[in-house]
Amino acid sequence: MSRTALGMPAVRPVRGQGNLHAETAFPAAARAEMGNTQMRANIRHATHTIRGKRANVVNELPDWQALRSAGSALKESVMANLPELLEQFEANVTARGGTVHWARDAAEANRIITNLVQATGSTEAIKIKSMATAEIDLERHLAEHGITATETDLAELIVQLGHDRSSHILVPAIHKNRHEIREIFLREMTETDESLTSEPRDLAEAARAHLREKFLSTKVAISGANFGVAETGTLTVVESEGNGRMCLTLPETLITVMGIEKLVPTFADLEVYLQLLPRSSTGERMNPYTSMWTGVTPGDGPQDVHVVLLDNGRSAVLSDPAGRSALHCIRCSACLNVCPVYEQAGGHAYGSTYPGPIGAILSPQLTGITSAENASLPYASTLCGACYDVCPVKINIPEILVHLRDEDVRTKHGQRPAADAVPTEDGATAALQTPAGPQGTAENIGGGRSTGSASGPAPGRVRRLFQRLPHPPSEMDLMMKGASMVMSSGRRMALAERALPLGRAVAGHDRRISWLPGMAGGWTDVRDIPAPPRESFRNWWAQHADETQDRVRADGTVPDADPAQPTDPHQVKEGDR
Amino acid sequence: MRIALFATCIVDAMYPRVALATVRVLERLGHEVVFPPGQGCCSQMHVNSGYLQDALPVVRNHVKAFSAADYDVAVAPSGSCVASLGHQQPMVARAGGDEDLARRAEAVAGTTYELSQLLVDVLGVTNAAEQLGSWFPHTVTYHPSCHGMRLLRLGDRQKDLVRSVAGVEFTELPDAEECCGFGGTFSFKNPDVSAAMAEEKIGNITATGAQVCTGGDASCLMHLGGAISRTGAGVATVHFAEILASTRQNPLEVTGPVELSIPGPTGRRHRTQAAAGSAAGSASSDAPAAVAADSGESR
Ligand code: SF4
Repeated sequence: MSRTALGMPAVRPVRGQGNLHAETAFPAAARAEMGNTQMRANIRHATHTIRGKRANVVNELPDWQALRSAGSALKESVMANLPELLEQFEANVTARGGTVHWARDAAEANRIITNLVQATGSTEAIKIKSMATAEIDLERHLAEHGITATETDLAELIVQLGHDRSSHILVPAIHKNRHEIREIFLREMTETDESLTSEPRDLAEAARAHLREKFLSTKVAISGANFGVAETGTLTVVESEGNGRMCLTLPETLITVMGIEKLVPTFADLEVYLQLLPRSSTGERMNPYTSMWTGVTPGDGPQDVHVVLLDNGRSAVLSDPAGRSALHCIRCSACLNVCPVYEQAGGHAYGSTYPGPIGAILSPQLTGITSAENASLPYASTLCGACYDVCPVKINIPEILVHLRDEDVRTKHGQRPAADAVPTEDGATAALQTPAGPQGTAENIGGGRSTGSASGPAPGRVRRLFQRLPHPPSEMDLMMKGASMVMSSGRRMALAERALPLGRAVAGHDRRISWLPGMAGGWTDVRDIPAPPRESFRNWWAQHADETQDRVRADGTVPDADPAQPTDPHQVKEGDR
Repeated sequence: MRIALFATCIVDAMYPRVALATVRVLERLGHEVVFPPGQGCCSQMHVNSGYLQDALPVVRNHVKAFSAADYDVAVAPSGSCVASLGHQQPMVARAGGDEDLARRAEAVAGTTYELSQLLVDVLGVTNAAEQLGSWFPHTVTYHPSCHGMRLLRLGDRQKDLVRSVAGVEFTELPDAEECCGFGGTFSFKNPDVSAAMAEEKIGNITATGAQVCTGGDASCLMHLGGAISRTGAGVATVHFAEILASTRQNPLEVTGPVELSIPGPTGRRHRTQAAAGSAAGSASSDAPAAVAADSGESR
């Protein structure tokens, strides 16, 4: 299955634009967001609840791991055959009376959609929650052309009315609690009054009343899609509230924006994803509404049906064998809900439509590493691996994070070009910046602290190693280069460890180090370092290796004359893997 | 069996007592422990920071050091570093275009065990009190470090060994599977998030009422211990190897000022790893036992 040559287009693929570029580097953005204790409490409560629900419905399935493997393998085959599948999908949609449009990037997609709405003569559209339309910033673009798009998903409506940004893939208003939501409704919905309570039931009822009129009167609907079936040309939307079903059936014109990676080859393949998705996302066995439509059905539902196939950087992601599995994502948000970093920082800190672990790999891949801000995202993880464990399509997020960190380091060192800027007609470009110098490196913008002088800690040999680099080395570069030199030799380690008593002297009487300069200060801002030992193990062992009998005697235990019979270690390790 | 100790760089330089504890436990079972002198680091710090090119010489060194040594199996008191050998070293070698090194790295990783893996799966140790004479009369809770849990799938091996130590009163840690916030260079690249995660973990640790939080990775314990030291929460962080090594005759002390040195012939009193500064003053009554341990262990 692992065909690596994917028949890449001869032209260089475009990079993603729209709501994918972080404006503030993650560490600073996270610090700002973490000041909002109400938000943190809301997110903590919500993620822990949904985490538990997911675990329950996943653990009850005996074939969950097999399902994950199937989901992953299917997506791999989709990526390996994407051009053919897309053409097959287009042919089938067209044959059933739908129209397919191809959009290279956000600007093109926005233009296509605006034209389609304008052609209907309508200045209003109703919307189903969709990541793709958020990614391309469609709502703002439509507004600039005099078209009002109203969100019909409850959480999305809360975000829209609150002039806010989504902070979660599935629960866009996860950062708001019901009291805050009541405030927004009171302020923004003219038909509500003080009698509105903050009971979820009441709030939902208020939203329902607010939207009903829109559903009945609006002639155009805009949706995303969870899946597109190449074999039949069928589109699928999975949702919980029924608002989607209304949008998909009542209006005359239906415009669907779908990322090109959302295809599945055959209708039967949906059985895998329709099991994986609800259990992973809402912790339900089955989602309440699954809508499917294929082109136009005469006399039933929208009679003018369009699909906009969106690239916006996806082909570029596809061209990287080490990162392309990020395109397998089915946007379930399980990785957000288990991520301890997301839990502390919240979704806004990621600065993109895609927050959390998937955002940390997807946003910088779609845009390319174009700025120090976006380059900070792959570092927004402890690599704890919780995301990989829950991902229903087995995306190895930690591995891709490490891959992107490597790309970032090499970009800074001028060893690979920063992502190509592709100017568009709007003049909106993926900003091409020179690789960040010491002022722009992620670690420098990291803690907002100033770094130490680059020349300070560098011995002459290290500095010479850097003379080949186009940019002066950062503090991090120096540390890594120095550590690499020391740690690649037992002899040099032994020598370096002779300096441990120096650290003891720094620690002083209370045997802890509470302040360090430069980058390492990020550690001692909140933690002590214990006073180092007088001697490293290596140096101690050189004097004491042969004292086995003394050690055993001191511990007061005699080696067992007949120790438990060891298993053949090779067998154990084999079985382990 | 001849067992090669991979101390790992942080244990070698900062926590030599953890390496010694590993040696003591294995020698007690009648095995010979050797220390391949060329060893340095597993390369994880470089890899996880994105410095794959600088990781290559570190990988090459590890593979060379352990290929040259003569042993039956190798062991390291760290889930994270053992995971790095199998998951990262071959990748670094391949990224550097050295397929031969990648294969040899896989071979070394194939015979290297995390300590609890070696004890339970290979050496058949399931009851530390009976088989190792382990004794540690304290309330203990346990944090499973992420890489041992998710990359090595250690399951309850470490925890079960600790629970089987005589004298241990074990309390479960709430939300145990949540990361402590260390993450290598994450801890100073994202200091605010890292600190918040540590705070959450420490809240859960103190809620257990345990005197000691143990685990299988010195780096996570250093991070937690360092944050506890700052907050004065009064819980000691101790590697589980030291709990297994502790015996009635040579018990591990967990109160008093932190001392990471291997006890020397001076008989100076000591205790292990990190704990609250506030605990320092109240420790004098433990001195005799500590002295006994020291002198017992000296030459
Ligand atoms: S990366 Fe995996 S877990 Fe995260 S949203 Fe996508 S499919 Fe779900």
